[in-house]
Amino acid sequence: MLGRLTIEALPFYSWVAMGGAAVTVGGGIAAFLLITYLRAWKVLWTDWLTSVDHKKIGIMYVVLALIMLVRGFVDALMMRAQQAISLNSEGYLPPEHFEQIFSSHGTIMIFFVAMPFLTGLINLIVPQQIGARDVSFPFLNSVSLWLTAAGAALVLISLVVGKFSQAGWTGYPPYSGIEYSPGVGVDYWIWALTLSGVGTTMSGINFIVTIVKNRCPGMTYMRMPMFTWTALCISILIVFAFPALTVVALQLWLDRTLGFHFFTNGDGGNMMMFANLLWIWGHPEVYILILPAFGIFSEVVATFSRKRLFGYTSLVYATACIALLSFTVWLHHFFTMGASANVNAIFGIATMIIAVPTGVKIFDWMFTMYRGRIEFHPAMVFTIGFMVTFVIGGVTGVLLALPPADYLMHNSTFLVAHFHNMLIPGALFGYFAGLNYWFPKAFGFKLDAKWGIRSFWFWFIGFYLAFMPLYALGFMGMSRRMEHYADPNWQPFLVVAALGAVFVLCGIICIGIQLYVSTRQWGSSRDITGDPWNGRTLEWATSSPAAPYNFAVVPTVTDIDAFHEMKMRGSAYRRPERYEPIVMPKSTGLGVVLGGLSFVMGFAAVWYIWWLAALMLVLCLVCIGIRACDDTSEYVMSAAEVEVIETAWLSGITPADMHDMRDFEPRGAASGMTLSGRAL
Amino acid sequence: MIGSGTPLRWARTIVVSTGAALLISGCALSEAPILYPQGPIALAQRDLLFTAFWLMMIVAIPAILFTLLFVYRYRSRHHSTAAYTPEWEGSWKIEAVVWLVPAAIIVVLGTLVWRDTHKLDPYKELASDKPPFEVQAIALDWKWLFVYPELGVASINELAFPADRPLSIKITSDTVMNSLMIPALGGQIYAMAGMRTEMNLLADGPGTFKGRNTMFSGDGFSDQHFLAHALTEADFTAWKDKVTGSPEALDAKTYLEVAKQSVANPVTYYSSVEPNLFGLILRKYAPIVGPLESEAAELICRGAA
Amino acid sequence: MSEMLTIRNDTDLLEEEEHHSLRGREFGFWLFLMGDAVIFALLFATYVVLSGNSAAGPTSQQVFDLSHTAIETALLLVSSLTFGIASLAMDKGHGRAVILWLLITLGLGLGFLVMEVLEFRGMILQGAGPDVSGFLSAFFTLVGMHGAHVAMGSIGILVMIGQVMTKGLTLPVRSRLNRLGLFWHFLDIVWIGIFSVVYLPGVM
Repeated sequence: MLGRLTIEALPFYSWVAMGGAAVTVGGGIAAFLLITYLRAWKVLWTDWLTSVDHKKIGIMYVVLALIMLVRGFVDALMMRAQQAISLNSEGYLPPEHFEQIFSSHGTIMIFFVAMPFLTGLINLIVPQQIGARDVSFPFLNSVSLWLTAAGAALVLISLVVGKFSQAGWTGYPPYSGIEYSPGVGVDYWIWALTLSGVGTTMSGINFIVTIVKNRCPGMTYMRMPMFTWTALCISILIVFAFPALTVVALQLWLDRTLGFHFFTNGDGGNMMMFANLLWIWGHPEVYILILPAFGIFSEVVATFSRKRLFGYTSLVYATACIALLSFTVWLHHFFTMGASANVNAIFGIATMIIAVPTGVKIFDWMFTMYRGRIEFHPAMVFTIGFMVTFVIGGVTGVLLALPPADYLMHNSTFLVAHFHNMLIPGALFGYFAGLNYWFPKAFGFKLDAKWGIRSFWFWFIGFYLAFMPLYALGFMGMSRRMEHYADPNWQPFLVVAALGAVFVLCGIICIGIQLYVSTRQWGSSRDITGDPWNGRTLEWATSSPAAPYNFAVVPTVTDIDAFHEMKMRGSAYRRPERYEPIVMPKSTGLGVVLGGLSFVMGFAAVWYIWWLAALMLVLCLVCIGIRACDDTSEYVMSAAEVEVIETAWLSGITPADMHDMRDFEPRGAASGMTLSGRAL
Repeated sequence: MIGSGTPLRWARTIVVSTGAALLISGCALSEAPILYPQGPIALAQRDLLFTAFWLMMIVAIPAILFTLLFVYRYRSRHHSTAAYTPEWEGSWKIEAVVWLVPAAIIVVLGTLVWRDTHKLDPYKELASDKPPFEVQAIALDWKWLFVYPELGVASINELAFPADRPLSIKITSDTVMNSLMIPALGGQIYAMAGMRTEMNLLADGPGTFKGRNTMFSGDGFSDQHFLAHALTEADFTAWKDKVTGSPEALDAKTYLEVAKQSVANPVTYYSSVEPNLFGLILRKYAPIVGPLESEAAELICRGAA
Repeated sequence: MSEMLTIRNDTDLLEEEEHHSLRGREFGFWLFLMGDAVIFALLFATYVVLSGNSAAGPTSQQVFDLSHTAIETALLLVSSLTFGIASLAMDKGHGRAVILWLLITLGLGLGFLVMEVLEFRGMILQGAGPDVSGFLSAFFTLVGMHGAHVAMGSIGILVMIGQVMTKGLTLPVRSRLNRLGLFWHFLDIVWIGIFSVVYLPGVM
C-alpha cells in the first residue's frame, strides 16, 4: 500500500537530519500561519497561484529562486564549516550527511535557484521588452512554473521524509545505481530534475514562440534588446538540450527501478554513456544559466553609462556563437575518461574557441562605459564586479580546457573554484543586477540602493575569500567532495574559505534587509513614471507595475533603444486618441493543480507507491484533456477599463517626474577618428 | 557611494588577517605538487599551464585594468572633464582588435594544445632506455590494490616502483567509477569496471608522492589515498624482499574478502597473487556464457561458486 | 492606423486573437516535435551504442521476427495515410468523414499497439526482457517510448473524435486536429527509423 515508505523514513536517526527536517517543517508552518494571520489565502489563490499573467508568474519564479537560494546556501555554509574543522577528524558531519549536502547544494543551486531566477526575469521582462501583451502560451507558462515548484518541493520534502541523493548533483552511475545507492535519495534527485526539466522545456518553447511571433511592429531581430536576444538563444538551447536530461534521467530511473542495464557495471551497461548524455545537456546548461546574465549586464551597462550599447551587432553574433558552440564541447567534462588524443585535443580547442566571443562581450561592455557617465546603482556595481571577476574565471576555464592540464586539475577544488567563478559573478551577479534593476518594474517602487551596495560588497569579497583558496588547494592536490582530510597544509585555506562563506551569508542578509527596508519605505521610493533609471528599452515604457495587458497601444519601434528614442523625440507617455478593448487570458487553477498532482506523482514514484503514481498520472492526463477541450480561455477587457487604468497612471506623471533628456548632449571629444557619432 | 560604509572597513581587517594567514601557509603552496612537479610528465603539463596562463594575460590584464580605469574616469559627477559620446554605437577598428587578438591567442594555444595533447597522451609509452615497470591498479571500495605482474606480488594502498624506470599503470575498477591520480608525477585517469585504462608516468628520481582517488565514490572516499614510492635500485630490492616475505597470499578467495568495503585500509602486502587476477576482474563485467575454466575464475567473475 | 482603431465587437476581437494564437500554437508544436525528436535521437544513439552488448542474453538475431515487424509497419504506415484522408476531409468540411477516418486510424493505431505488446510479451516470456542486457534495455526503451507516443496519440485521436462530434469543425478543433496529424506523421517517421536502425540490421 505504501511501497517502501515506513516510519523509518522519518528523520529520528540523527540530530543533523532532525534539524534539517525541523527547519523545513517549521518554515512551512510559519508560512502557513503568516498567510492565515494576514488573511491572505484568497488573495494568494485568486491573484497569484491561479494567475497566468507573465509578470506575476515571473515574480513567483524569482520568489522561489530566492527561497531556494537560502536553502542551497545553508548547504554551502555547512560544507565550508565541515571542511574548515575536519583535519584528521570527522568534523561535525558524518559522510552520509556531508554527501547529501553537497548533492543537494548543486542540485538546488542549478535547478531551483539559477533556472527559476532567470526564467522569472525573462518572464517578467521579455514580453515588455518586445512590446507584447503576454507570452504566447500563458497557461503553459503557469504549468511550467508549478512543475518547477513541484520539483523544488520534492527536494525540500526529502529532508523530512527519507534522504536526498548522496551521488553528487551530476549523479554519475554506477555509484547512483541501485546496487551502490539503494535508498530513495537518487530517486528524489531524478524526479526533482525531471519535473523541473519538463517545466523548463515548456518555458523554452513558450519563449521562442513569444519572441519570434509577438514582437511589436518595427522590432526587427536586429532591434531586439540584448536581454531578449539572450533569452531567445537560451530558449533554443533549452529545447535542444533539456530532452537529453529527460532521457538520461529516464534511463537511470529504469536502471534503478526496473533493473535495466543502461549504465550498470556488468550485463552490457555502459557508464560512459551517462557522462556523454548528461553533459550533452549539461554544457549547454552552463550557457543557459550565463547568457541571460550577459543580457542583463548589457542592459544595465548601457543604462547606467547613459550611453548606447557599444557593438550591439557584435554582441548579438557573439551570443549566437556561444550558443552554437555550447553543443560542441561537452566532452571536456571528462577528458580523463581515456579518449584518444585526437578527440581530447579537438574538444579542448573547441572549448577554447568559446573564450573568443565571451572575451568580445567583456570588451564591448567596457567600451560601452568608455566616454559614458557611469552611475553606481547597485545593478551597475554588480556589473562592474562581474566584469573584473569573470575574467579570472575565463582564464581558469581555458586552463581546464587544455587536456594535459585538466589531467592535473580535474575533480579538484580548482575545478570547483572555476565553475563557482563562472556561476557566482557570471550568472548570480547578473540576476542580482536584474533584481535591483527591474524590481520597480515588478512592484512599482525602488529597492534601497545603500543595502544593495552593501550586499554587493559582501558577495564580492565573500566570493574572493571563499574561492581563491580553493584555486590554491587545487594546486595542492585537494579533491572535491572530501568529508575530511589529512594534510595540515590545507586547513588555513579552508578556514579562509569558510570565512568567505560567512561574508556571503552577510550578503544574503543584506539582500533580506534591502527587501525589508525598501518595502517599509515604499511610499517614498515609488516609481511614478514607470521609468526610474532613464531606461532605454521598451519595458520602461509601461507603468510600474505594468498593467495586466502591458501596453494599451502596441508601440511601433524604429531603433534598438526604442524607449530612449521615444523620449528624445518627445513621443513617450502620449495618450492615444481612443483606447481599444484588449483580449486577455483567463486565470485558471489548472496549472497549480497539475503542479500538485505531479508533486504527489513524483513522491509516490520515489517511494514505489505505484497505485498512487498511476492515479496521479491519470489525473494529470484528465487535466490536460479538460484544457485541450476548452475554447473559452480568454476574455475581453473593455476599452473603458483600459482607459481607467491608463488614465490613473498617466495623470499621475508630472513634468517634474520625467527625466531631463538634455543630459544626453555629447560633451568633449565628440568627434574623433574612431568615433562615429549619430545625429539626433 | 562605491566603497563607503562599514563593510569596507571590515573588509580591510579581513584582507589583512587573511594575508597574514596566507603568508604563514605560503610555504604550503611551495609544496604544491602541481606547481612543483617531480616528474617530466607533470612538468610538461605544468609548463603548458603556465604558458597558457601568461598568453591569456595579454587579454586578461588589459580587460581588468581598462575596466577599472574606465569606471574611474567616466564616473558620473558634476563638472566632469571626461568626454561623453552618448550615441557612439561601435567602431570597426575596436571590434577588429577585440575579435582578432583573442582569436590569435586561441590559434596559438590551439596549436600548443594539439601538440601537447598528443605528446602527453597518458596512453603513450614513455621513451626510456629502460623497459617500463608495469603495475596493475584496481579500484576497490575504498582502497587501491596494486598488482605487480613482474614480481608476482601485490600491495594495498602503497605503490612502489624503481625510480629509473617509466611507470606504466593499467587501471580498472571492481566497484564504481574511480580516478587514479598522482599529482606530483602528472595526471589522472578514470578507473571503470569492465574497462582498462592506462597511464604512463615517470619520476625525476627517488621520492615519495601522494596519490589518491579523486572521483567521489562513497563513504570511505576521503580516506582513499596512498603513497607512491619511487625507489633506488637497492631500496626497491629491499621493498621487494619485504613484500615477498609477507605471509599473506592474494588468491581468489582472499581477493573476495579484500574487495569488500573497508575504510582507511592499512597498507598490506601480498607475497603472491592469483594468476591473471587483473584479467579476471575485467572479465567479471564482460558477457560470460557457460562455465569458466577455473575455480578462481568462477569465484572472481561470479562471486561464490 | 485609424482603421485599426475602429470599434470592433468582442467576438471579432476574440476570433482575431484566436487566429493569432493558433498560428503561435502551430509554431510551438513544431518546436515541441523538435524536442521530441531530440529525445528519440538520443534513444537511437543509446541503442546504437548498446546494440552489441547482449551480455549473457540473446542477440538481436535470436529475438527479432521481421514478419511480425513488417505487419506492424504496414499498420502504422496505413494509419498515417488514413489520418491524411481525415485531414483532407476536414479541409472540405466533412465532419462525418473526418470521424470515420479517425476511427479507422485509431483502429490501426490500436492494432499496432496490440502487436507491439504481444511482441514485448513474447520476448519477456522467452527470457529476453529489458533487464537481461544493455542491448535489450535500449531496445525496449526506444521501441517502448515510440509505443507510448502512439498510445498518447491514440488518446488524442479519441479526444478529437469527441470534439468533432460535439463541437463540429470549428477553427480551434481544426487547428488541434492539424497538430495531432503532425504528431501522428512524426511517429510514422520515427518508426521508419526504428525499422531501419533496429530491426533490419538486427536480423542481418
